[in-house]
Amino acid sequence: MTTALTVRTENLSVRFAGVPALDRLDLRLAPGKIHGLLGRNGSGKSTLAAVLAGFRRPDEGRVLIEGGDLGTPQEPYENAVVTSRVCLIRESGDRPEAVSVKQAIALAAALRPYWDADLAGDLLDRFEVPLNKKIQKLSRGKKSALGVVLGLASRAPLTIFDESYLGMDVPSRNLFYDALLADYTEVPRTVVLSTHLVSEVSAMLEEVVILDNGRLVTQSPVDALRGRGASIVGPAAAVDKFTAGFTVLAEERLGGTKSTTVLGDLDPALLAQATAAGLEIGPVGLQDLFVHLTGARS
Amino acid sequence: MFDDRSPIYLQIAEQIKNDIVTGALAEDEQVMSTNQYAAFYRINPATAAKGFAQLVDEGVLYKKRGIGMFVSPNARDLLRTGRRDSFFADVVDPMIREAKAIGIPLKDILQHIRSYGDA
Repeated sequence: MTTALTVRTENLSVRFAGVPALDRLDLRLAPGKIHGLLGRNGSGKSTLAAVLAGFRRPDEGRVLIEGGDLGTPQEPYENAVVTSRVCLIRESGDRPEAVSVKQAIALAAALRPYWDADLAGDLLDRFEVPLNKKIQKLSRGKKSALGVVLGLASRAPLTIFDESYLGMDVPSRNLFYDALLADYTEVPRTVVLSTHLVSEVSAMLEEVVILDNGRLVTQSPVDALRGRGASIVGPAAAVDKFTAGFTVLAEERLGGTKSTTVLGDLDPALLAQATAAGLEIGPVGLQDLFVHLTGARS
Repeated sequence: MFDDRSPIYLQIAEQIKNDIVTGALAEDEQVMSTNQYAAFYRINPATAAKGFAQLVDEGVLYKKRGIGMFVSPNARDLLRTGRRDSFFADVVDPMIREAKAIGIPLKDILQHIRSYGDA
């Protein structure tokens, strides 16, 4: 089954009372991959997720969803063909609270063209979500689990989880990660995981989109970001001389010693040069790189 | 299991090479499929596939169509030769630098090494 969808945004802007939540975003999410949507709280992740799923209309620019059985590129807003193939699961639930779990499942089964009832049953079992309880009576953890079940069993060609698993405890989150990887392997589709828990999900991602203040900071294969940062430590003057040509992400000083975090590839010749100058070079983890890339406020 | 200070596909390749060098994976033994590997370590299947593809490129693993991937018959020798070449630069030289810095005479190191016999 090759139904995975491609997402493009062109000059996409959304404003809340004139304040930009998304600011002229140009993106392309390749089909059939697991994308991480990373950013601090308020960076625009949830707004982007909502626009991609057609929950709201862009103020400027547009979202185009294409591929799979959609054929030509289409905008998701008020487009039932597209929205039935795009599943956004948010922490808020977006579901009627007065119905039972069983009824919520039946509704999803009726609306989702690729719904898998066996998978839904199996996952409800594993997450121990009681079928006959009303949603409003579920604990926060079970509500999140129900959201995850709906998101996975929809097998939507574009599936977006917007921090929807934050209400779950660690064992349940691990269950979710395992179920996601297993089902994604069986039925490849385009998945977007929006989160600020970078270290917890990063190994499951293939691509990352990092947002800050509604703008795109970077989009990259996640493995290419690993090891892309380096910390250079040594006598301040030597560190400054060495890092002069690099993009500096952070600087710290302790007496005559300086530590500078840079972005860029250090080839063996540069490494040898640094060692000869008495500098220590260390790798920078993804979480730290993320903090540096999104932490600067001018 | 994996850290995110270097690309995971390289870490996967390193780990499998280690298993071959230590003999934990025998020559001509079948290795896990990339999907099994991804599920086991909770990593992206494409990342696992990239790690395995690199090992096929390097001749460490070979593919049998429709069956899976196996350790190459000469993989252990190949890897051991490679590591021998860098052994002095990667292991011995840093040890000697450290010994000099903290004042351990080289003859003490030699004596210590000899106590292992002729391994």
